[in-house]
Amino acid sequence: MVAATARVAGDLDVAEECVQDAYLAALDAWARDGVPHKPGAWLTATAKRRALDVLRREKVFRSKMPLLVESAEEEVVEEPDEDAVPDDRLRLVFTCCHPALAREAQVALTLRLVCGVSTGDIARAFLVSEPTLAARVTRAKKKIAAARIPYRVPEASELPERLDAVLIVVHLLYTTGHTAPSGADLVRADLVDRALHLTRVLLALMPDEPEVRGLLALLLLTDARRATRTDAEGRLLVLAEQDRSVWDRAAIQEGKGLVVGAFRTGRVGRYALQAAIASLHAVASSYAATDWPQVVRLYDELLKRWPSPVVALNRAVAVSMAHGPEAALDDVEALARDDRLAGYHYVPAIRADLLRRLGRQREAADAYRAALDLVDNDAERELLTARLAEVALG
Amino acid sequence: MAQYAVLIYSPAPADPMEITPDYLALLERYPAQVEELGGKIVTGFALQPSTTATAVRGDLVTDGPFIEAKEVVAGFFILEALDLDVALKIAKLNPATIDGGVEVRPLFVPPSE
Repeated sequence: MVAATARVAGDLDVAEECVQDAYLAALDAWARDGVPHKPGAWLTATAKRRALDVLRREKVFRSKMPLLVESAEEEVVEEPDEDAVPDDRLRLVFTCCHPALAREAQVALTLRLVCGVSTGDIARAFLVSEPTLAARVTRAKKKIAAARIPYRVPEASELPERLDAVLIVVHLLYTTGHTAPSGADLVRADLVDRALHLTRVLLALMPDEPEVRGLLALLLLTDARRATRTDAEGRLLVLAEQDRSVWDRAAIQEGKGLVVGAFRTGRVGRYALQAAIASLHAVASSYAATDWPQVVRLYDELLKRWPSPVVALNRAVAVSMAHGPEAALDDVEALARDDRLAGYHYVPAIRADLLRRLGRQREAADAYRAALDLVDNDAERELLTARLAEVALG
Repeated sequence: MAQYAVLIYSPAPADPMEITPDYLALLERYPAQVEELGGKIVTGFALQPSTTATAVRGDLVTDGPFIEAKEVVAGFFILEALDLDVALKIAKLNPATIDGGVEVRPLFVPPSE
C-alpha cells in the first residue's frame, strides 16, 4: 500500500502518512457503512486520493511562492514507466537501495517501507538501539526528499551497481522472515513470500545475472523445509530432526535447476554458493548422509568471496560433521572471541552442541545458559532450554 | 526541476592556470553534455588556487583554506536537473572526477508548510 501510494505521492513520508490517514478514515467509514467488499483496495484508493490532495495543495502553494530561481513548468504527478518493472514494490526497493544512501539505511528503509518490519526488529537485526536506527531512517528519508532521489527502477545500464544492495536487502528480508528476530512465531510467512516474489520479479528483469538466480535458488531451497522446521507444538526442529519426506520437492527441483544454471555461467558468487550448500542438504537422504566434505569445500569458497564471521561459524558446523566435533571446537572458540559476534546466540549454542557431543556436559550446560541469555525467539528458546535440561540431567 | 550545487574538488592547490590542454578540452565539451542529459547550468565559477584562501574562525584569521585536505574546492556550479539520478549522471561526466571528485548537494528550499 505504501509502495502504491508512494508512486502517486513521490514522497515516502507523505505516502506513509496518507496510508495511516486511510486507516483512520476506514475506522469511521466502515463503522458507519460496513466493511467494503475489497478492504485492501478501498484503503489503497483512499491513501492515493489523499496523496493527490496533498500534491494539489503543495502545487497551489508553490505557484504562489516564487522559487529562488525560476523553475520550469513541471508535471507533479508523473505516469510511472510501467513497462520497465511492473511492480510498485520493486520500484520502492530500488529507490531505497539508491547508491546515494548508506548501505545500512538502504536495508532499514526497505525493511520498514516495503515490508512493514518494525523499527525495533530492524534495530535488533543490526544490533543498534531503536532510536539510533529511527534517526538513520529519518535522515535517509529526508535525503530522498531533499536530493530528489527518483522513485523508479533504474535503467538497464545502472542495474549492476545497484543490484548488490538489492540482493542483500531481499536476502535480509527473507532471513528476517525465516527466523523472526522476536515474537512467538518462528516464521513470518508474509516476509518470506514477499522476498520470494521480489526475487522472481528481479529474475524476470535480469535473467542473465547468476547472483539473482543464486538468490532465488537459495530462498527456494531453504523455504522448501518450512513445514518441517517446527513440530506440532511449535517446537523448533534442527536440520537433523526434520522429516525430509515432507520437504517441498517442487521447490527443491526448481532451486537445484537454478543452482546448476548459475554455476554454468562460471561467475559464481555468494548466493549461488550458499544455494549449492542448501541443495546438498536438500538432496541428502539424512543429516548424517549429507556430503559434508563437499559442504566444507563450498564453505571454503564462500569464505573467500564473503569473509563473514557468520559464514565461518556455519563452516565450523560442517567441519564438525565431516571431521568430528573436536576438529571444529577451536574454530568456534576463536569465533566466540570475535567482537562482531558478541550478541549472536548461535555462537554459544553451537559451542554447547559441540561440547555436548564431546561428552563435556558441564561446559555444555554453561554454554547453553549463555545462549539462552541472548536468544529472543520463543521457539529457539524452547529448543535451547530442552537441550540444557538434557545435559544437566546427563 | 531540482537545483543542486555541484562542488568540484581537485588536488590542492587546484590552480586553474595549471589546467592541462586535455582537461580544458574536456571542460569545453561539458556544457553540451549537460544539456544533452536534460540539465542546465544556472551559474558557475572557478576559484583561485587554495593557497590564496584565507580562513576566519571566530577572531582568528589564518592563511589557507578552511579545511586542510589533499583535495580542495576548485569551483562550483549550480545545476538544474530533473532529479538526483540525472544530476549524478551529469556529475560523473565532469572531468574533475578523473583525479579528484565532485559533491552533489541539493540547494535548500524552505519548507512549504
